[in-house]
Amino acid sequence: MSYVIKGETGDWEVVIGLEVHAQVIAKSKLFSGASADFGAGPNTQVSFIDAGMPGMLPVINEHCVAQAVRTGLGLKAKINQRSVFARKNYFYADMPQGYQISQYDMPIVGEGMLILDMPDGGTRAIGIERLHLEQDAGKSIHDMHASSSLIDLNRSGVALMEIVSKPDLRTPEEAGIYLKKLRSILRYLGTCDGNMEEGSLRCDANVSVRPVGSVDLRTRCEIKNVNSVRFVMEAIAYEAQRHVDVYESGGAIAQETRLFDANKGETRTMRSKEMAHDYRYFPDPDLLPLEFDDAYVAKIKATLPELPDDKKARFITDYGLNAYDAGVLVADQDNAAYFEAVAKGRDAKLANNWVSSNVFAVLNARNVPITESPVSAKHLGRLLDLISDNTLSSRMAKDVFEIMIETGKDPESIVEAGGMKQITDTGAIEAAIDQVVAQNADKVAQYRAGKVQIMGWFVGQVMKATQGKASPALCSELLTKKLAP
Amino acid sequence: MTDLTSLTIAAARDKLANKEFTALELTEAHLEAMDKSKDLNAFITTTADLARARAKESDARFQRGTAGALEGIPLGIKDLFCTEGVETTAGSHILEGFKPPYESTVSQKLRDGGAVMLGKLNMDEFAMGSSNLSSYFGPVKNPWKAKNRDGDLVPGGSSGGSAAAVAGHLVMGATGTDTGGSIRQPASFCGIVGVKPTYGRCSRWGIVAFASSLDQAGPMTRNVRDAAIMLTVMCGHDPKDSTSAPLAVPDFEAALGQGVKGLRIGIPKEYRPEGLNGEVAALWDKGIQWLKAAGATPVEISLPHTKSALPTYYIVAPAEASSNLARYDGVRFGLRERGLLGDSLDSMYSKTRAAGFGTEVKRRILIGTYVLSAGYYDAYYLKAQKVRALIAKDFTDAFDKVDAILTPTAPTAAFGLDDKQDDPIAMYLNDVFTVPASLAGIPGASVPAGLNSEGLPLGLQVLTKRWDEETMFRVCQVLEEAANFPSLKARP
Amino acid sequence: MSLDNATIRRIATLARIEVPAAELEAAAAKLSGILSWIEQLREVNTDNVTPMSGGTDLKLPWRADIVTEGGQPDQVLANAPEAHGGFFVVPKVVE
Ligand SMILES: [Mg+2]
Ligand SMILES: [Zn+2]
Repeated sequence: MSYVIKGETGDWEVVIGLEVHAQVIAKSKLFSGASADFGAGPNTQVSFIDAGMPGMLPVINEHCVAQAVRTGLGLKAKINQRSVFARKNYFYADMPQGYQISQYDMPIVGEGMLILDMPDGGTRAIGIERLHLEQDAGKSIHDMHASSSLIDLNRSGVALMEIVSKPDLRTPEEAGIYLKKLRSILRYLGTCDGNMEEGSLRCDANVSVRPVGSVDLRTRCEIKNVNSVRFVMEAIAYEAQRHVDVYESGGAIAQETRLFDANKGETRTMRSKEMAHDYRYFPDPDLLPLEFDDAYVAKIKATLPELPDDKKARFITDYGLNAYDAGVLVADQDNAAYFEAVAKGRDAKLANNWVSSNVFAVLNARNVPITESPVSAKHLGRLLDLISDNTLSSRMAKDVFEIMIETGKDPESIVEAGGMKQITDTGAIEAAIDQVVAQNADKVAQYRAGKVQIMGWFVGQVMKATQGKASPALCSELLTKKLAP
Repeated sequence: MTDLTSLTIAAARDKLANKEFTALELTEAHLEAMDKSKDLNAFITTTADLARARAKESDARFQRGTAGALEGIPLGIKDLFCTEGVETTAGSHILEGFKPPYESTVSQKLRDGGAVMLGKLNMDEFAMGSSNLSSYFGPVKNPWKAKNRDGDLVPGGSSGGSAAAVAGHLVMGATGTDTGGSIRQPASFCGIVGVKPTYGRCSRWGIVAFASSLDQAGPMTRNVRDAAIMLTVMCGHDPKDSTSAPLAVPDFEAALGQGVKGLRIGIPKEYRPEGLNGEVAALWDKGIQWLKAAGATPVEISLPHTKSALPTYYIVAPAEASSNLARYDGVRFGLRERGLLGDSLDSMYSKTRAAGFGTEVKRRILIGTYVLSAGYYDAYYLKAQKVRALIAKDFTDAFDKVDAILTPTAPTAAFGLDDKQDDPIAMYLNDVFTVPASLAGIPGASVPAGLNSEGLPLGLQVLTKRWDEETMFRVCQVLEEAANFPSLKARP
Repeated sequence: MSLDNATIRRIATLARIEVPAAELEAAAAKLSGILSWIEQLREVNTDNVTPMSGGTDLKLPWRADIVTEGGQPDQVLANAPEAHGGFFVVPKVVE
């Protein structure tokens, strides 16, 4: 997938690195015992620590440590058995302590890797630079009051994992695929719910451009807090084009933080971040270095689920799926589980067809997750069994499936109740054929005279006579015999 | 009735238990003393009604036989400790009016032990100072006076209100905090005992932070036994402070009376710099003789990085403080200063902090901001951390050879309240003998050991290795007995 | 090291402490004095020394992931100079 911006002076390529803030799934905050739940009334989930009250001290949440290690393992990354919390000092209305407790030169997770599943079925490896634990800030509300901003500290202190990619991404689409894949892995691991609308997954994109063939990195701009995969892709495309336009008109790009305006589809300078930053990081003296041993990491490793890449490989080998289909199925753990429940002991390709086209279409139309599918995996599996044992033709199976969607009933009872069983009794079909032959002597003559293409019409007539229940295969076999001159 | 304010904590404890007087009577006697000594300006806030209520509760517990280790003992709490519902200012305008909805772990432990809080004691603003001149609520006066000189003296600092209140018999004991000498130096200036325990002994939870890697709470009392009694109640593991040691609390009082026979006492040669005050040097020599007479062996030792301790401290402490004090921004508590209508958030921050902090605090915040800033971190902050490691190692090496170290507490006796103190570095030198132990995190205590020619108290400092406060108390007690220090009488 | 007025202004801005123009000179002199005194540390050989960043060498304690605090907005807001409808109120921030 190549993405080249054609300029007047030549071709440009885009260099993208993503910083993702993923909210750790935990009951309480990173350094306090207040709830980390989303959506409570203002300042109701705030401990005195989260409010930066005098004399308050942080104590780390063990579960957040485990979640970070778990995520690091999922990203095949180096786990640092000794890491250090540092204070990142700056003033902001929703940052009560006047600093954010984060990790700086010694993060809990070091270099790792994330595999992109490309649309052509191929893969591309993107480097992970690091993952570190840090506190979230509170929330400023700017539009409720004319001359004031309102501050809610419920999110203040919630644990985040900041996951930083290497500048390995080259197209907006790759950035989108990276984000979706990362979200998929986090969800598999159960370390972040990946919900971008609620802000539990937030993305900053670092974007620069350079002439194709050049290897130097040019000045980058950071686009902050883009809140959907689509917007990330749009923001990058806009920003890259802006850089090219600036360079080609003889200008220079200033390193700065920008905001993406989704309504206008453009990025702009963040006014509040104008002042040059100097975060004065230093080790937090309220905390000691975070340390654990091999056994601790091994214990967490033993509980990891099968991750998307492994599952994909297995689906290819075990079920004979192609890379693309397997990639689509494993992106979501529930989808993959549903598929496996259907495919196990059955024709896997048939199962994939039914899941990927019929089931997904229904889910998309209804906008529900597969866990709320009106057709359970068990029922779908039995429907496939009815096809395999010739009880249903695939056309009839589609009709039964429609009823299953509406009623949630199992396929057998639908077939029973509607008398929808395929007729495989030769005698019954022969009787219907005889009737059709008797009533359509002219057509029979035409056929016998060599107009064999009207066989389809005869099949249709027999199906009609049997209310669509005749086995189509049996039908054409018998018709061929009967019509033989 | 004997003057109740003359008693030691140990004596009052026994007499309360024997029902010779009530906790309420003991509290009333001290409230009266406080009233008469308002001129000292030792308190920022007095809590007489609360004290009476708590004294009555103590009496009830005596009746029920459920008295705690400090039941009914009237204490003062440095205004750096957050006290539930009671204004806590840290000596600063920026926290004026702040009423914490929580109680610091140390003051809670004292409360749980039955102690009666009489009020919040004056201090240098945010514990930054060695004179108490930097308090927004005005200077504290040392109850001691020079023999041949007029004028009030400083009590030292930053726990100056605590030292003055204890020395002046307004309270039986007080909490202090020590970051670079803030318990020991004022104890020396006011002729009382001040103990800074090992870093991690006392929880820092609920104590307004100055420099987190150095701050330690400790007791200030009129004798060694009282300090041991108070410290036993104050310290102990606190899961709310990540730097609090998960160690059992020794009964420090039980360590007393064991003498120093056989102990090796280190005498660091670097603590006798050229130009050391002759009277201070002489008292130190006397101290060595007292310990020798009691069966200890003085050993000359070297702490080679002593000279670097003060400049190291003046990088580390301001750096941490610049960050710790960022939360005073006018948003959630304390002072808020606004300019014109439509003023920006940043402008509110800058105005609030300019108006709310005093000169010395601002100076340290600026120094701390500078040494952490881009391009200077390695040269200043990282360098200081490395030198700090060397200073700590000096002590570790020394404690391979000796059981305790004896030094002077401060280079001078208390100076005049009106002495011009315009040179910050000259002021910083007050802590030259106390800062190294703070950087190393080891325990240290100051014991009043004698008077200078002006009749002003001088203290000796005893240092031991981490977690060995028991040896420190033993040495202190031997010095105390030998010195027979003429403590101030309760004020008439 | 002597600090010029621009440097003082920069660190005062970082620290959010307003320093009136008239006081810059005096502040620069005082701070420069302290810094030059501090710089004696340069003479100390610290090759191969591991920096000491905390006050203790204990192990970092971990707490269990349970909700033990919160549900006290009144106390959180009790000392606020300005609060409204459960929120802290600050001068309007423009992004
Ligand atoms: Mg970042
Ligand atoms: Zn971050």
